[in-house]
Amino acid sequence: MKIKIGAGILVFFALMAVLGPLLIGADPAATSEDGLQGPSAEHWLGTTQTGQDILVQIVYGARVSLGVGVLSALIATVLAVAVGLVGGYVGGAVDEALSVLTNIFLVLPALPLIIVLAGYLPQRGVASVAVVIAVTGWAWGARVLRAQTLSVRRRDYVQAARASGEGPLRIVFYEILPVLLPVIATSFLATVVAAILAEAGLSFLGLADLSTVSWGSMLYFAQNGQALLIGAWWWFIPPGLCIALIGTGLALVNFGIDEIANPRLRTIKAPRKARA
Amino acid sequence: MRFLARRLGFYLLTAWAAITLNFLIPRLMPGDPVELLVARMKGNVDPAAIDAMRRAFGISDASPWRQYLDYLGNLAHGELGRSITFFPTEVSTVIADSLPWTVGLVGVATLISYLIGTSLGVIMAWKRGTWLDGVLPAATFMHAVPYFWVALALVFVFGVTLRWFPVSRAYGLDVMPGLTGEFARSVLYHATLPAITIVLASMADRILGMRNVMVTTLGEDYVVMAEAKGLTSRRVMWAYAARNAILPNITSFALSLGFVVGGSVLTEIVFSYPGIGSMLLKGVENEDFPLMQGIFLVISLAVLVANFLADLAYVVLDPRTRQETE
Repeated sequence: MKIKIGAGILVFFALMAVLGPLLIGADPAATSEDGLQGPSAEHWLGTTQTGQDILVQIVYGARVSLGVGVLSALIATVLAVAVGLVGGYVGGAVDEALSVLTNIFLVLPALPLIIVLAGYLPQRGVASVAVVIAVTGWAWGARVLRAQTLSVRRRDYVQAARASGEGPLRIVFYEILPVLLPVIATSFLATVVAAILAEAGLSFLGLADLSTVSWGSMLYFAQNGQALLIGAWWWFIPPGLCIALIGTGLALVNFGIDEIANPRLRTIKAPRKARA
Repeated sequence: MRFLARRLGFYLLTAWAAITLNFLIPRLMPGDPVELLVARMKGNVDPAAIDAMRRAFGISDASPWRQYLDYLGNLAHGELGRSITFFPTEVSTVIADSLPWTVGLVGVATLISYLIGTSLGVIMAWKRGTWLDGVLPAATFMHAVPYFWVALALVFVFGVTLRWFPVSRAYGLDVMPGLTGEFARSVLYHATLPAITIVLASMADRILGMRNVMVTTLGEDYVVMAEAKGLTSRRVMWAYAARNAILPNITSFALSLGFVVGGSVLTEIVFSYPGIGSMLLKGVENEDFPLMQGIFLVISLAVLVANFLADLAYVVLDPRTRQETE
């Protein structure tokens, strides 16, 4: 049930990001005479100060926000898989070093680091922002994957593969990696949420590419256009709501997967009372 | 005490890593920050400022190793260079002026959020399968809400529309800072909305985390045994189940601190709260690299200290960590 609702939300936003701009066809940056209008039949979600249509911006913004989220989560997951699996399988000094590195990145506050790194970027394009977010966001996945690798490593079939003379690289990527795919998927989804939030934060501070429309940059312009003081709630509510909904969708899918893996989390009606 | 010694060693290592990262970032990122600044200001820079920046970065013709040692030496004397934005104020002075606001706001808000969130998690696990499960979707939603968006919504509703609370600054323009009741009231009044933002945005993690651990703990035999002995529900819930479930929860709380601090930076900016987050944005906007880096360093070290405090709490709560033999 959780997975279904979560997946429904994700599919909705994915379609919005991929097909939405084609269906709508309008230019998100196009200004018009009707500035700061509330929701109406003509502009479903109202307009900004310069008369840009909010709905059109939300649809185009989905592309950038989801795009950056998925791209940096992909990079972060590749890093996490490399560090976690190699550390967990090889063990010894390599594992110690990689674990310390992982824990350091886990403890260091990510957003301040992202802000400082973004401050040094000469150009803040979509790709460079995604890379900066990925560099600070791989540690959690690496830690989880290392722990899982440690347990898979001791299984008989891995021992058998080693005995039959398979090389360590082949064992890690062909024998262990496929077993960990569900774990990798959950950690990927969690990283997407974190990356979308980080991108939104950066754009909101005006530190990402402000010439492209993203949900974060919409909030930046709403804040700087005094949307709050004028009472233009339709300007800042939709972008934040979309971010939170995507996050909810991803979390629901993840919780669903967790519940399948850990039956105790499933909500059965008052099981304690029945036993007592 | 081996546990604490090991953790302390790790934090020292991480502090060294943060310090070194701080040294490497300006050198690894494309472009020379000093020349970037001079170019952006079209040469209208006070030569003293350029000199101060070079000193702050330790950028010179000396070998990288020499520069690194100089940088560490400066740091040991608390020398973080001079801020470009507030020239010629020292970065350390800017930080010293803004840090207390952040520590006060984030510290109190995090504590409140932890206490409420954890208690709610315990109660929700105990009463699972009842109407209280209805809180779960809401918590899942709040877990993904951006801090700054919560801040914007609170400003809109309680600041602009209802006019119940002020929406910017840390104290009123009409009160003099000092140890007076009037000043304290003004500070509390101004901190209300930012604190509520941080509590609301960070509480969901605590609720969900505690509930999940607690549900697992409730399935343990010793909990069933306690119940079979006829102990009161309250005793079983808090003194038996929650007492043990809190241990993994502290670890995840410590790890979430970095995230809370990041969210607080954004919250401060929405409320123009004169803390370290607002200063960080000023630094980035004005290409004030010494200020940016000084603040990153201080935030990182603060998170490390907070993590160590969480470890201390863990040692107090878990007797196993106090055993001398393995």
